[in-house]
Amino acid sequence: MTDPLLSIRDFSVVYDVDPPVAAVKNVTIDIERGEIVGLAGESGSGKTTLAYGIQRLLKPPAVITSGDVVFHDADGEDIDINSLGVEEMRRFRWDKISMVFQGAMNALNPVTTIGAQLDDVFLIHRPEMNRTERRAAVVDLLEIVKVGGARIRSYPHELSGGMRQRVMIAMALALRPQLMVMDEPTTALDVLVQREILKQISQLRHEFGFSVIFITHDLPLLLEISDRIAIMREGAIVELATSEQIWSDPEHEYTRSLLSSFPRLTGEKGVVVR
Amino acid sequence: MTTLEFKNVTKIYNVRGFGQIKALDEVSFTLRSHQTIGLVGQSGSGKSTIAKILTQLETPTRGEVLLDGAPIPRGGKGLRKYRQQLRMVFQDPFASLNPYHSIRHHIERPLRLDKVVPRDQLDDEVRRLLLRVRLEPDAVMERRPHELSGGQRQRVAIARALASRPSLLVADEPVSMLDVSIRLGVLNLLADLQREEGLGVLYITHDLATARHFSDEIMVLNQGKVVERGTADDVILHPHDPYTQELRAASPDPEEFFRDRSARTLGGVR
Repeated sequence: MTDPLLSIRDFSVVYDVDPPVAAVKNVTIDIERGEIVGLAGESGSGKTTLAYGIQRLLKPPAVITSGDVVFHDADGEDIDINSLGVEEMRRFRWDKISMVFQGAMNALNPVTTIGAQLDDVFLIHRPEMNRTERRAAVVDLLEIVKVGGARIRSYPHELSGGMRQRVMIAMALALRPQLMVMDEPTTALDVLVQREILKQISQLRHEFGFSVIFITHDLPLLLEISDRIAIMREGAIVELATSEQIWSDPEHEYTRSLLSSFPRLTGEKGVVVR
Repeated sequence: MTTLEFKNVTKIYNVRGFGQIKALDEVSFTLRSHQTIGLVGQSGSGKSTIAKILTQLETPTRGEVLLDGAPIPRGGKGLRKYRQQLRMVFQDPFASLNPYHSIRHHIERPLRLDKVVPRDQLDDEVRRLLLRVRLEPDAVMERRPHELSGGQRQRVAIARALASRPSLLVADEPVSMLDVSIRLGVLNLLADLQREEGLGVLYITHDLATARHFSDEIMVLNQGKVVERGTADDVILHPHDPYTQELRAASPDPEEFFRDRSARTLGGVR
C-alpha cells in the first residue's frame, strides 16, 4: 500500500567547479504521504544538496544533471517540478513544500517582529486575504506552535532559541504544505528543548498529515523520529530502510560504522562498536 | 597530585533592568588529577559560569576556589602560574584559533610565555605535542587554521592546552561543533591523554551519553545548583533527582526506544 507524495528518480547534482564535484549521484526515492523520512550522513555527504535540489533552490555552480522530481498533489494532479516556469515555481514553493532552515537564530530577520515576518507569507501567497484575516491567521499559527499569540510583536532576539525555532515551524506550517523539509532543526538546541520541538513536530504531523524530510547527522535522534531512514554517503543513498531495520539489522558496512560512532546512553558501557 | 576545590561558590550577575540572576548557588566539588568529572545540565544551568570562574575570567560573589589549599591569585605572576596548571579547551575550534597565525605559532606561544622548554628546543616540543594529538607535524605546522578540518583544529586546540603541561583541563563542549563521525575520535584522544598524563578533566557537556562513557563521576547542574552527583553509571542509569530523570528521558536512546516499541507490539499481538 503505497501512496507516494514525492517521487525522485535518478536525481544527480554536480557542482560545476574545477574539478567538478558530483554532490548527489543518481538518487531514487519515494516519499510517502504522511511519513517522516530521515536523511543521515556526514557533512559533505550531499543530504542538504539533495533536499535543496528537489525544490530547485540550488545556486550556480550547482547544476542538476539528471533526474525527475514529481510531486503528487493531494488534489490528484502530478506536478513535474523540473518543468515549472519561474512564476509557477514561486507559487509552488512554500505552498506545497516548505522548509525549516538550519539555525533558527539566523533565519529570522532581526529588525522586524515575528508577526510581520509571518504576515509576509500570507501577503505574498494569499493576496486575497485582508489585513484582519492575515492577523488572525498569524495569531492562530503562533498558538498552534505554542509560542502564544501575545508574542506577535516580539522581535527574534526577545525569544529563546527554542521559541525562535517554533516560529520557524509556524512559518513553514502557514500554508498547510504537504511536505516539510527540515534541515537540522534542533541541532543548536539543548536536549530538553530539542525533545519538546520533536514532540511538537510529530504532533503537528498527526494533526495536519504532512510528510517530513528530516535532515540531521544525529542518528540516535533520527532513529526515534523517522519512519524510514536514508543513509547518504558521497552523494549516494547507501541504505534505505525503516528505522527499526537500520537499528537492528543494518545491511551496509557504512551504516554500521555510523551507528557505532555514537556512545550509547544506556547500553553496555565501553561497547561502542556493535 | 593536584587538587582543585570549589567551595560553596555563589555567583550573582547584576543585569540592568532585570535585577539579579543567581548563576551559581552554593556549588562545591573537588577535581583531582587522574580523574574525569562530567558536568551536565541544560543551557543556562550555570555550566559555563563554572568554567569562567575556574579560569578566573569571573570571580565568585561568595565562596572560594582553592588550588592545593591556596586561593587563586587575583593577578600577576601568581595568576599566570595558576593558569599554567589549569587549561581550557573551548567549544568552537573555528573561533578559538587565530586565523592570522600558523599552527606552529599557536603552540609555540604558551611554550614561550610559560618558558616550558629552552628556545632551541621549541621546534622539537611543537612536533612532540602535535604527534601527541595524532597530527602529522610536517603536514600541519606551517598551515593556518582555515586549511584544517574541524577535527584537526580541535586537536590543535588540545595540543595548545597541553603545551604548558597543566595538571587540570577544562573541556567545555569540546566536540559539539564537530561532525559526528569524528566526535568519538576526539573524545577518545582526550580520554587517552587524560590517562597517560594523569590529568584531572572537567568535561562540560549536555550530551548525557558521552558524559557517561568518558567520566568517572557526573554532576548534574540545574539553575545553578548541583542536584545530583555520583559515579557516571549511577547518575545516568539510576537517576534519583527529577531533573536528571527529565534530562535522561529527553536524550535520544534508540536502545530503550526500540525495546519499548517491540514490547508494545508484542503486547498488542498477543
